[in-house]
Amino acid sequence: MIRPDAPVLLNIRDLRASVADQPILHGVNLTLRAGEIHAVMGRNGSGKSTLSKVLAGHPAYTVTGGSVTYRGADLLELDPEQRARIGLFLGFQYPVEIPGVSNLEFLRVATNARRQEQGQEELDTFAFEDLVHERLQVVQMDPAFLERSVNEGFSGGEKKRNEILQMALLEPLVAILDETDSGLDIDALRIVAGGVNHLASPDNATLLITHYQRLLDAITPDYVHVMAHGRILRTGGKELALELEQRGYDWVDAEPALVELA
Amino acid sequence: MVAAPLSSLASVATPVHPWIAALLDALPVADGPATGAARDALAACGLPSRRQESWRFTDPAAIAAVAPGPLQSGSAPDHPPLSQRHFRLRLDALPQDLSSLHWPEGIDPLSAAEVASWLASRPPSEDATPEDWPALLNAACGPALLALRVRGAVPGVLELISEAGEASGVLPLRVLLLLDPDARLELLQVHRAAGSSLTSVQVAVELAAGAELRHGLVASGGADSVLLAGLTVHQQAGSRFSLTSLSQGWGLVRLEPQVVQVAGAAETRLRGLQLVDERQLADTHSRVRFDGPDGHLDQLHKVVADGRGRSVFNGAVCVPRQAQRTDASQLSRSLLLSDSARVDTKPELEIVADDVRCAHGATVSRLQDDELFYLRSRGIAAAEAARLLLRGYCQEILDDLPAAGGGWPVPSVIPAPEARR
Repeated sequence: MIRPDAPVLLNIRDLRASVADQPILHGVNLTLRAGEIHAVMGRNGSGKSTLSKVLAGHPAYTVTGGSVTYRGADLLELDPEQRARIGLFLGFQYPVEIPGVSNLEFLRVATNARRQEQGQEELDTFAFEDLVHERLQVVQMDPAFLERSVNEGFSGGEKKRNEILQMALLEPLVAILDETDSGLDIDALRIVAGGVNHLASPDNATLLITHYQRLLDAITPDYVHVMAHGRILRTGGKELALELEQRGYDWVDAEPALVELA
Repeated sequence: MVAAPLSSLASVATPVHPWIAALLDALPVADGPATGAARDALAACGLPSRRQESWRFTDPAAIAAVAPGPLQSGSAPDHPPLSQRHFRLRLDALPQDLSSLHWPEGIDPLSAAEVASWLASRPPSEDATPEDWPALLNAACGPALLALRVRGAVPGVLELISEAGEASGVLPLRVLLLLDPDARLELLQVHRAAGSSLTSVQVAVELAAGAELRHGLVASGGADSVLLAGLTVHQQAGSRFSLTSLSQGWGLVRLEPQVVQVAGAAETRLRGLQLVDERQLADTHSRVRFDGPDGHLDQLHKVVADGRGRSVFNGAVCVPRQAQRTDASQLSRSLLLSDSARVDTKPELEIVADDVRCAHGATVSRLQDDELFYLRSRGIAAAEAARLLLRGYCQEILDDLPAAGGGWPVPSVIPAPEARR
């Protein structure tokens, strides 16, 4: 939902970043307003995932230039945990398995960290169980997964559902979903996409990072951006994704002049 | 004139180590020939040293820092309340008349004649080696023997504990457990110390066919405390033995579980977790031997090393020719939390049989950055994330303790599951 007067939640300006001294992002510009769903597409190595990790504060990535403001404040000076507490969420392309740490406890500690930041009371185990069982329905997830270790032995689809469950509990204002559609079969994709749609509201914004059009059949973006060589080269509506699907990414590379316009 | 062999010359010429001499002086008079023989052997052997292979990575200096004499009794710290399922016995304060105790159903003290006959079947080794040192020290001290026979499935958990408290000196303890065919027992062995003391414990277990022992060992000690814990297990075919050990805090702790599957075809499961910090040193020397075919071993040894702590693991697995179709796996996993901590880990596989599956592996790592980042990206502070990961790492072992440890305090590094942020 595009509303020109909606507040800007995330403002990325000329963002440059490197990993292991290898420059990956070469000046990314992107503005997310409340209520908007953005999709960033691009081939492998274009910098999509790097963008998501830099925004979430992954310590392996170094910001070498530019700025990112979250609701007007400098995001880049915050620790990853602080970014999460104020409402930034990264759905991982490869959710991490953590043996020995109960999923339920992990979800509760995370939820309480966010609640505390918002001035809400922390939930005890009983209150939290009520909440989590309600939110499980968003992704139609089996409660048995709460009793297991975080993501351990989960199938690809179950891991992604667990990501969206976390999103449902943390209620972020900006959700970045990195290739949430990868490794999902049709049914799982429908459920995960349904969860994302359910959680999208006029108050929050979503940034979908994806290779494929098929996720965008299920979640309709307001904007589609095409990324290549660490920059956003094109921005359009949802029809841009269809064009990419038909023509591939080569034509983006073939129009370097557009770089200057981006 | 006939020259004496070099070895006997050496044993005559070498003066008894002053610590050993002082200890032998301070001990009560030997109550039998076995104790006397052990004292002679200990005097000849001296203290272990790092020049000896089995002590190469383990500095035994902490032993000689303990006052060489019997433990001066100290006050005992609080014990966790005893649940109905647990039967608790203080090894360091055994009653004179064991038969007067109200033992759980299926457990009976052995008669003096039974003990004597068992001891006679196990003559002490003639030529003691440094590997035997902890057993030798224990035998030389001649502790009272707690000898029990187990029949049928014993309900609940048998807790055998010792509590050196702040006291200094040497505390020798000795246990013999005979499990009859198809007997089942859950045992929790607990040793605690806070002062400059040496707890020397030797446990011998005989598992008859079909018997099963779930054995937990929880040991926490102070910076000047030493624990030398030996465990010898003889398993008949069809028996099952599992040991889950957890140690933390000792200036020096050395665990020596030795398991023999006397006819193969038994199940052995070893789970160990040793935590070292500051200048602590924890050493596990395990040895599993299959003297028959179709034996099974599943061993996992975990370490958390912080501060200037040192951890040593030596896991020997011996598969002679007659042990065909042995299926053994051994994994050593160490977590290094500090640049100054040190881990020495070594599998030692002697495999002669050709039709066997013997897997082994060792990893040494730090907390995983991707796991830390995942937790932090959900709003969990870095320190709390590290604690969660650490506990997750330890949980696998803790869950394996009989009746989850019976309420004995688990290491402080591991926050309780319900810990709040």
